[in-house]
Amino acid sequence: MVENRPYLTFLSHFILILGAAIVAFPVYVTFVASTHDQQTMLAGVTPFFPGEHMIANYKEVLFEGVVGSRAPPVAGMMLNSLIMALAISIGKIIISIIAAYAIVYFKFPLRMTFFWMIFITLMLPVEVRILPTYKVVADLAMLDTYTGLTIPLIASATATFLFRQFFLSVPDELAEAARIDGAGPMRFFWDILLPLTRTSIAAMFVIQFIYGWNQYLWPLLITTKEEYYTIVMGISRMVNVVDAAARWNVVMAVAILAMIPPVIVVIFMQRQFVKGLVETEK
Amino acid sequence: MQKRVVFNNFWLPYLLVAPQIAITLIFFMWPAYQAMLQSVLQEDPFGLSSKFIWFENFERIFSDPTYLNSFSVTVIFSVCVTGFGLGLSLLLAVMADRVIKGATTYKTFLIWPYAVAPAVAGVLWGFLFNPTVGLISYFLRVIGYEWNYILNGNQALFLVILAAVWNQISYNFIFFLAGLQSIPKSLIEAAAIDGAGPGRRFWSIVFPLLSPTGFFLLVVNIVYAFFHTFGIIHAVTGGGPAKATEILVFKVYNDGFRAQDLGGSAAQSVVLMLIVVVLTVAQFRYIERRVHY
Repeated sequence: MVENRPYLTFLSHFILILGAAIVAFPVYVTFVASTHDQQTMLAGVTPFFPGEHMIANYKEVLFEGVVGSRAPPVAGMMLNSLIMALAISIGKIIISIIAAYAIVYFKFPLRMTFFWMIFITLMLPVEVRILPTYKVVADLAMLDTYTGLTIPLIASATATFLFRQFFLSVPDELAEAARIDGAGPMRFFWDILLPLTRTSIAAMFVIQFIYGWNQYLWPLLITTKEEYYTIVMGISRMVNVVDAAARWNVVMAVAILAMIPPVIVVIFMQRQFVKGLVETEK
Repeated sequence: MQKRVVFNNFWLPYLLVAPQIAITLIFFMWPAYQAMLQSVLQEDPFGLSSKFIWFENFERIFSDPTYLNSFSVTVIFSVCVTGFGLGLSLLLAVMADRVIKGATTYKTFLIWPYAVAPAVAGVLWGFLFNPTVGLISYFLRVIGYEWNYILNGNQALFLVILAAVWNQISYNFIFFLAGLQSIPKSLIEAAAIDGAGPGRRFWSIVFPLLSPTGFFLLVVNIVYAFFHTFGIIHAVTGGGPAKATEILVFKVYNDGFRAQDLGGSAAQSVVLMLIVVVLTVAQFRYIERRVHY
């Protein structure tokens, strides 16, 4: 602080509290709605304070699914989302880290070609090649499978760049020393490089877990069978059906369940999250 | 770009890059190539044969009023999402940079919306503004404002912009705060000694030094508004009412999957690819510019 300006400090706190409150407001209302019964919701406007049907509502959506909607019980959808998030984040980390290792520590023909190929994936988000990618997945008979949900999404330029950047900052002497001691490339990778990369891996994991959990368009395209629905895509199906039936209380319980896992990851791994976010963009 | 000390092995590096390259080729390059090919072809109604028609598909989409409408919706949408998103998060970041007490608590309370999926963010705001049960639409009714985003196109657009800004604010906030904290305190102190007040210091010192971060965020936010808001649109408005919220990405999806217009959808994909290429190049130029301070 350069100087003491009490009014400005007060104003700062005021704006920050107001900002935090506005940011939290929709989630609070959603949570409140998820604790009431259908009668209260039918009466018109959403109440402002929590009701007493929280446990009943959450039990219903988790194990029976929203009655009258075209979606299965939420517990299964959450499991699918978890499988998808973990497979995508772990898969991305593994294939990116070995690709970055090859590009930094080896000299081989086509090295730069591979590098640029990986770079170009940045310019081809799923959204711009929806139909042909769907066709490829269909031709490979990967519709309605976990491989179809995850494998096409695990190529990642950002993760490869992050690890490449990190490897470039590792002192050359380490590789030299390892070579003199007779360690081969894989030995060096496992015993020296990988332990050093731990914090970057954790940061990457947080970002990619959120990315995987929050996928929407992809599961929408790839899944037609209920047993493969993920929660984020399942919820919009419920919303479209529910408006007529006014089952908002249970749908809002699903919304809360859909955001709890990634929000918990962000809050409890805040340091890694910020690090991952800022470093992937370098 | 590469290490002084390198390992020599003939097949190992290929093996290491193989999985990444295989996925890139099968699920990125090949579909992109297919989209480009499809965009200059016309299929007969039965999908049995196709012929080369140069740029007819492009001419067709660019003379299609619904496509041009979708273009202008996308522009309005992106300008609003980017403008409000950057403005609000800059305000919050500047305030968070000022306070000493409770700074980490504020940070925690402002960063979590990043973890909420765009589609879920859309559902939350759609519920608040729902014409029958929404809390905010209730207050709007009380003060006599006719609110029904399901029928009113402008209101629907406002709603998806609001949800998109809410979803993106934490990302911008984190980067602005990091940018602010990297500005040397000595510069600010020197200006204060010279008698510059907080406002003057912000506009003459902080703001110019923050401009590389701002430029970077500008590009990222445009990309976000163009491509990653599909979930919000799909979950809240479905492009309606009367195509008032049909952004380009949504139209590609709709024309390809619902209307089965392969050539037109592919041509739209190619246009979008060009937009991403321009934006990505812009984003990477930022890296060169950032070295300044």
